[in-house]
Amino acid sequence: MCGIVGLFFKRGTATPNLGPLLAGMLSQMAERGPDSTGFALYGDPAPEGAFKATLHAPNKEYDWAALEAELGAAFPLPCPSRHYGSHTVFTLGAEVEQFFGWLARYHPELDTFGFGERIEVFKDVGLPDAVAQRFDLGHRCGTHALGHTRMATESAVTTEHSHPFSTGVDLCLVHNGSLSNHNRLRRSLHREGIRFMTDNDTEVAAGYLTWRLRQGLNLTEALEAALVDFDGFYTLAVGTRDGFAILRDPIACKPAVLAETDDWVAMATEYRAIATLPGAAAAEIWEPRPATVYSWQRQ
Amino acid sequence: MIEIDLARSSVTALNQRLHQLTHPTDERHWRVLNPNGAHAIAVGLTEPVHVEIKGHVGYYCAGMNAAATIVVEGHAGTGLAENIMSGSVRVRGNASQSAAASGRGGLVVIEGDASARCGISMKGVAVVVAGSVGHMSAFMGQAGTLVVCGDTGQDLGDSIYEAEIFVAGAVASLGADCVEKEMTQADVERVAALLDRAAITADATRFRRYGSARRLYNFHVDHAAEY
Repeated sequence: MCGIVGLFFKRGTATPNLGPLLAGMLSQMAERGPDSTGFALYGDPAPEGAFKATLHAPNKEYDWAALEAELGAAFPLPCPSRHYGSHTVFTLGAEVEQFFGWLARYHPELDTFGFGERIEVFKDVGLPDAVAQRFDLGHRCGTHALGHTRMATESAVTTEHSHPFSTGVDLCLVHNGSLSNHNRLRRSLHREGIRFMTDNDTEVAAGYLTWRLRQGLNLTEALEAALVDFDGFYTLAVGTRDGFAILRDPIACKPAVLAETDDWVAMATEYRAIATLPGAAAAEIWEPRPATVYSWQRQ
Repeated sequence: MIEIDLARSSVTALNQRLHQLTHPTDERHWRVLNPNGAHAIAVGLTEPVHVEIKGHVGYYCAGMNAAATIVVEGHAGTGLAENIMSGSVRVRGNASQSAAASGRGGLVVIEGDASARCGISMKGVAVVVAGSVGHMSAFMGQAGTLVVCGDTGQDLGDSIYEAEIFVAGAVASLGADCVEKEMTQADVERVAALLDRAAITADATRFRRYGSARRLYNFHVDHAAEY
């Protein structure tokens, strides 16, 4: 099972409609994935020379104020941090690798769920309505977003094993299905310097795309390469800073519906998630073909 | 005309009302509003009623239908008219995968395209698709007829038994043990009659016929009438 949703506004600046619309889509996918819920939002960009990092603390009583003081001593913090339950979004005036080195050395207890100019990633165990409320999704702005409701098959039900998975700058992935060759792929990607936080198969898929993009492939080319290298069942939705893409495995084992209007593109595991969007009844609606990459880029 | 708005009533309540119809019934014409992709709308109907659904439906719409005429004024999700016994189901838009799966009788008409596995394991149903079908359509079809006015995806009729397939457009590839067969004048007339019954306009002489080479399963011609 599992449910995937994606909503991509084709133009314009970050809209306050994004959060509530994504929450409505996720709510429809509760039955498909009652174990955990997660989403990635592409919001306002970090200032020039800075990036955003969404950090997660497994300890609910974590002292975020103390961390902010330490971070502030190590790096410029051009914007105030934003705190949402077990997650906090920091904006750091640093190189990404410099920050990861610092975090690994001083705070290995923290997870980085997403990092980049625009991405923010939130995920937790629980039903979509509860998780959306926990992270204030109803009041969040952005240009595009991906969401996932998980019914676990390949690995444990924890916050860390929830989707989306992000392994590269502004890149994230949600996945319905299961990969059979993820252990072998993880080993080879590890040698290429890709970091993994869990034993989850989807994280490997995200790492694979990060690696391919780093090689200079564009998103479509990276997904076409994945068709050769991934063994298993998958419907994938991928977000980048300005892009959005969908891919189904060659036998289209897992369901997917796409809808497009002049203003937005939406993807969901089932139409009932799309039906909640304004203009859905008049949208062009189709089922993505197997082994075919669909992608959109913001103008 | 009885109108049920699924924005205000549950699918369970709708289906219960349809199941509790007496025979014969005066409540013969139903209209369902705001389906919004809900699952299992109008399943298991056994009375010859007419049900119009105004919008897109989710999974398993019109499943197990017997006797009823169901029209979806939109697209349909996975498993449309699964295990249909009799009656007819028509979709004005596209149907997702496994449309008419394991159908035993009746007629399923898809005015748009059907995706993968259309007519999988069909057992007597007649399926007419005005557009194209996806891969593995009529997989393991045992009896019945699949008529495709457009193209088909890969592995058409894989492991097919005695179902028959007629395609007007291009076949991406045939599945295991599925072969093209001679299209006789009698076949053209049967396709024309089925198109007419489905109210789909197409030139019956353009269709090619596909079926089992009977090499994959232990077929005894003496038993052919039992299929």
